[in-house]
Amino acid sequence: MSGGRGADGAGEALRIEDLRKSFGDLEVLGGVSLSVRRGEVVVVIGASGSGKSTMLRCVNFMEIPTSGKIFLGGALVGRERGGGIEYREKELTRLRARVGMVFQHFNLFPHMTVLQNVMEGPKTVLGCDGEECRRRGNLYLDRVGLAWKAESYPSQLSGGQQQRVAIARALAMEPEIMLFDEATSALDPELVGEVLETMKALAEDGMTMIIVTHELGFAYTVADRVLFLSGGRVLEEGTPSEVLTFPREEGTRNFLRGHGTFRLPEPRLD
Amino acid sequence: MGHNWDFSSVFASRALLLQGLENTLILGATCLALGLFFGLFVGAARFSGRAWLYFPATVFVEVFRNTPVLVQIMWFFFAFPIIVPFQVDAFTAAAIGLTLNTVAFSSEIYRAGLQSLARGQWEAGRALGMSYWQQMFRVILPQAARRMLPAFMNRAVELFKMTSLASVVAYGELMHQAKVVSTISFNPIEMYTSVALIFFAVLFPMTVFARRFETRGDPRGRS
Amino acid sequence: MGYEWDFAVVFRDFDLLLLGLVNTLKVTGLALLFGVPLGLALSLARLYGNFAARLFVGLVIEFLRTTPPIAQLFWFFFALPILIGVEIDPFRASVLTFSLQSSAFFAEVFRAGIQSVEAGQWEASRAIGMDRNETLRRVILPQGVKRMIPAFLERAIELMKTTTLVSAISYADLLYQANSVAQSTYRTIEVFSVAAGMYFVVIFACSLGVRRLERRMARSGETVMN
Ligand SMILES: Nc1ncnc2c1ncn2[C@@H]1O[C@H](COP(=O)(O)OP(=O)(O)OP(=O)(O)O)[C@@H](O)[C@H]1O
Ligand SMILES: [Mg+2]
Repeated sequence: MSGGRGADGAGEALRIEDLRKSFGDLEVLGGVSLSVRRGEVVVVIGASGSGKSTMLRCVNFMEIPTSGKIFLGGALVGRERGGGIEYREKELTRLRARVGMVFQHFNLFPHMTVLQNVMEGPKTVLGCDGEECRRRGNLYLDRVGLAWKAESYPSQLSGGQQQRVAIARALAMEPEIMLFDEATSALDPELVGEVLETMKALAEDGMTMIIVTHELGFAYTVADRVLFLSGGRVLEEGTPSEVLTFPREEGTRNFLRGHGTFRLPEPRLD
Repeated sequence: MGHNWDFSSVFASRALLLQGLENTLILGATCLALGLFFGLFVGAARFSGRAWLYFPATVFVEVFRNTPVLVQIMWFFFAFPIIVPFQVDAFTAAAIGLTLNTVAFSSEIYRAGLQSLARGQWEAGRALGMSYWQQMFRVILPQAARRMLPAFMNRAVELFKMTSLASVVAYGELMHQAKVVSTISFNPIEMYTSVALIFFAVLFPMTVFARRFETRGDPRGRS
Repeated sequence: MGYEWDFAVVFRDFDLLLLGLVNTLKVTGLALLFGVPLGLALSLARLYGNFAARLFVGLVIEFLRTTPPIAQLFWFFFALPILIGVEIDPFRASVLTFSLQSSAFFAEVFRAGIQSVEAGQWEASRAIGMDRNETLRRVILPQGVKRMIPAFLERAIELMKTTTLVSAISYADLLYQANSVAQSTYRTIEVFSVAAGMYFVVIFACSLGVRRLERRMARSGETVMN
C-alpha cells in the first residue's frame, strides 16, 4: 500500500542528473541520478556516511554540487558555461524558498514564538503583508495540529512538537518539494510517532517529498519509491517491497539485516 | 594632615563642571553609537571566511587593540591634520580615536557572539531562502545580542572612562574642566576628588547592571 | 596629499624614543611588582576578611576600577602632595597610581582564580587537618594561580597601554618623548607613527604570546576568565 493518492500528478517536480560532490579529496557523491514526479514520496536509506544528507543538501543548494545537473519544476538550476554549471547566489537564494527542508535538530528560532517562527519565511523572504503572514502561519500550524501553541516559545515545547513546528515553518513557504533529513533521529522514541504521523498526512495530501530516515516501517508504508544509497551511489532502487522486502543486492541485504525487523509506527491521535 | 576640606569652591564652579560632564557624555555617546555600528561590519568581516574581508579587518582590529588609546587620540590630533585638507579640532580627534578604538573592541564582541550560535540557525534561515544579511539581522543578531549585551555594557564603561583622555588634547570634557578650574581656584584636592566621585557615580551603576546581566543571563530564561 | 615623508629625522632621535620606551617599561614593571602582591592581599581581604574589611576593600576595588585612570593620576600628582605636604615627582606619582590601580584589577583576577578551585579541595585539605592559611597557600593558590596566568598577562598588557597617561604629568615615557621629538623636529606624523609602531610591536608581541598560552591552556582545560 503506497499511499494511494495522486502520484500520477502532472509531470516532474525534480530531476537530478549525475550529481557528484566532493569535499576536498573525499568524493561523497559519485554520480546520483533521480527523477521525482509531482506528489511522489521518495525515501532514501543507507548507512551512516553514505551521502544521504549531502544529497539532500545539494537539492536545495546548501551545498554546491561539484558537477551534475539539477532541474526543479522542469528548469535547470544555474547556467551552463564551458562544460560546467555556474551558480549565482541570488538565484540559489530564490530557489531555496521553493524547496522546504526539515532538519534533524529542528533548528527553530529560539527568540521567536511558534507563530513567529512559521511566519518568518513568508514575511522576510516572500514579503507578504502582516495579515496574510498571520493567516498562513495559523493555517500551517493548524495543519500540524499546533495552533494552540502559537504563542509559546520553542523551548516550552516537547521535541516532537518542535519538529512539527519546523515542518509547519517549511510548509508556510508553500514549497514545491519538501526534504526531510532524519527528522525523527533526535527524538525520544515516544515522540517519534507524532512526527511521522504529520509527515504521513502530508504525503497523503499529495506533497512531493524526499525523506531520509532510518524508520524503515515508516518508509514501507509511505514511500512510493525507496532508494538505497551506498558509498555515494544508488545501489538499489524500487518500490518499498522490492527494496525492503526482496532486496536484490547483497549490500542492501546487509544493511537491512543490521536494522533487524522494522518497527511499524504506532498510529497516534492528537 | 591639617587640610581643610572645602567643597564650596567646587560647588561654585558647578556650571563649568556640568558643561564638562555634558561634553563627556556627548563624546562618549557619539563614539559608542558609531563604534557599535561600524563594529558590527568589521566583526562580520572578521567572521566571514573571505580573505579580502578578513585580512584588512584583522589588521585594523589588531592595530587598534594593540596600541594605547591615548596614542591614537594624539595621532589624530597632531599627525592626522597634516595629511588631510581640513582642520581637526580636539573633539574630532578624540572622537575619531575613541570611535575607531571602540570599533576594534566591539567587533571582537560581535565576532564572539556570532561564533557562539550553532550553525543550524544559519542553515535554517538559509533553507527558508533568506539572504546572508536577512539571516544575520533576523535570526543571528537578535539571539547573539542577548549574549553580547554584558560585554557591550562593559565596553561602554571603558569608553566613558577613556573620554577623560580627551582632556590631554584640551577638549572641554569633565576632566579638562576640572584641571582648568582647579588651577584658577587653587583647589586640586577637592576638584579631583569630586571628578573621581562624579565618574564613579555615573559608571558604577552601569558596571553593577552589566554584572547582574552576566550572572543571571537572559531574564526570560530562554537560550 | 602632497606630503613629503621623511623618516630620517626620526631615526636621528631614535635613542630618545628608546629611552622613552625604557621608561614606559620601568613604570609598568614597578607597578606590576607592587600591584600583584597588593592585589593578592586585597583579594584575600575581600574574600575572607570580616564584614567591615570586606566592605571597605570592595569599595576601594570598585572605585579604582570604575574611575578614569587619569583622574587617579592627577589626584595623586596634584592633590596628594598638598594633602600630605610632601613633594611627589611624576615618576613616583605614576608608580603609586598604577600600582594601586592595577592592584584592584589583579585582586579580581585572584578572586576569580581562587573561586574557580572547587569546594572539594577545601574539604579534602580540612580532612587532612590543614587550617585555612595552609589550605590557601599549599592547595588553593597553586591551582588557582596557574589558571589565572593568561588573565594576569592580559591585565599587564592593559597596564602598559594605560601608562601612556604619565606623559600628561610630564614623565618621560615613550609618548612624552615622541611629543617632544615631534616638537623639535616638526616631523609630527613620522614621529607619532613610529612611536605608535613601537607600542604596537611590544604590545602585539605580548598579546600573541598570551593568546598562544591561552590556547594551550584551554586545550588542557585549565584556564579561567576574569
Ligand atoms: N562539509 C563537509 N566537509 C567535509 N566533509 C563532509 C562535509 N559534509 C559531509 N562530509 C562527509 O561526507 C560524508 C557523507 O556525509 P553525509 O552527512 O552526507 O552522510 P549521511 O549519509 O547523511 O550520514 P548520517 O547517516 O550519519 O547522517 C561523510 O564522510 C562526511 O564526513
Ligand atoms: Mg545525515
